[in-house]
Amino acid sequence: MNKNEPIINLKDICFSYPGQEPVHDKLNLKLYSKDKVGLLGPNGSGKTTLFHIIMGILKPSAGQIEIFGKDVSKEKDFAVVRQKIGLLFQDADDQLFSPTVLEDVAFGPLNIGKSNIEAQKIAMDTLDFLGLAGFEDRITHKLSGGEKKLVSFATVLAMQPEFLLLDEPATALDEKTKARLIDILHKLDLPCLVISHDSEFLGKTTDSIYTMKNGKIIRDADEQLHCHYHLHSHGASPHKHQKLD
Amino acid sequence: MISEPFTPKNSLIYRLDPRLKVILATIYSFVVALSSKIETLLGAIVFSLVLIALSRLDVREVFKRVAAVNGLILFLWLVLPFTIEGAPLFHLGPFNVTREGVLISLQITVKSNAILLAFIALIASMPLTVLGHALNRLFIPEKMVLLLLLTYRYLFVMEQEYQRLVRSAKIRGFRSGTNMHTYKTYAYLIGMLFVRASARAERVHQAMLCRGFQGKFYSLYNFSISRTDWICSAVMLSVIIGLALLELLK
Repeated sequence: MNKNEPIINLKDICFSYPGQEPVHDKLNLKLYSKDKVGLLGPNGSGKTTLFHIIMGILKPSAGQIEIFGKDVSKEKDFAVVRQKIGLLFQDADDQLFSPTVLEDVAFGPLNIGKSNIEAQKIAMDTLDFLGLAGFEDRITHKLSGGEKKLVSFATVLAMQPEFLLLDEPATALDEKTKARLIDILHKLDLPCLVISHDSEFLGKTTDSIYTMKNGKIIRDADEQLHCHYHLHSHGASPHKHQKLD
Repeated sequence: MISEPFTPKNSLIYRLDPRLKVILATIYSFVVALSSKIETLLGAIVFSLVLIALSRLDVREVFKRVAAVNGLILFLWLVLPFTIEGAPLFHLGPFNVTREGVLISLQITVKSNAILLAFIALIASMPLTVLGHALNRLFIPEKMVLLLLLTYRYLFVMEQEYQRLVRSAKIRGFRSGTNMHTYKTYAYLIGMLFVRASARAERVHQAMLCRGFQGKFYSLYNFSISRTDWICSAVMLSVIIGLALLELLK
């Protein structure tokens, strides 16, 4: 594949849920191997739907999907896509369905034909990388919200994806877990498309912002990240904050 | 909250290989269920009590579960001694209490308690995940095992969703009574629970597809049978065979 070719290339995608206004109307989107993009847009504007279309879970009524330079339309084509593109779901409880953490993280690698031992090794390495060593025998439904989110991220990373789709990864996380997630994303340095309403999170994890409007994706300067002045309870005592990068 | 009171304790029974426990419990319950001599049944109940002692479970929790089943059996005692025909044992007002009726009721009581206690000691004392994997190794169809494990996993999520719905009804002043409004509210709650469960199932399936799910169930558990396992199973099996012989021989 050519380096300058887009990883994800959506052409004139149309999609609507039965009996409702169209969600996507001739939507176009190109994402390249260096892209780290935030995706903004009001609730119900079709951001999550877009992710599901890229993964082949939902089928658009019209349009063309090209991933890694290849036209994908059939279930078989998407099997390859799902290995290379990792989707982190909004609700971790949807993603963690195995009783224990290790089984859940090893589930993806086993599906793509790794042996039991290989899959366990990948799972342990991934947990280790995320700072979750020692979690392997924990019961998934007994984890805290933040732990669930990190473990479900581990299940995505265990597939060794080349592109990440993150659906509101920072929602309902406390500051500490959020900082941990940001750290992990920096360390990974993978291209990604991130849905979030948290502009601070987007500022720290992405380079540019796209907006979803009227069923299309807009790249123009309508939404830009910039610094704000705000009331700060410790503002009077001198201290330093981390710089946005 | 739904809870698992029989969480693992470090007992001999807990450490036994789960597959052997499933097999032994199954054979044992067949033997007990098919026996009818009172000596065999009394032997069985003693054996079950020994198993409970060895499993070091909380006696109060065990008692609670046994009590639930015996509540049902109580109804049999209210009916069977009077309705089964046979030699009258004594009269209770206009009714005859028959020897056969009492005997059958006694058999049912002893049988079900013996089987129940053995299952509590052997099966209920292992985490459900372990049971799932053990069943998988015993060639129970993958789909059934997956169904069992997924049910176990999402039971807690569904219960939380139910609690959320109930709480949201309560904070808006809902109190259950015997009226149409209450029935309607509960119907809505249950309906909403079904809707959410089905939406959840769809999302979980999508998430599984995203990770390459092809309908195959993989198990990472490695069971190994130790010498203690063999010895314990041999002992248990001989007791079971002993009970069977006691039943079959004159």
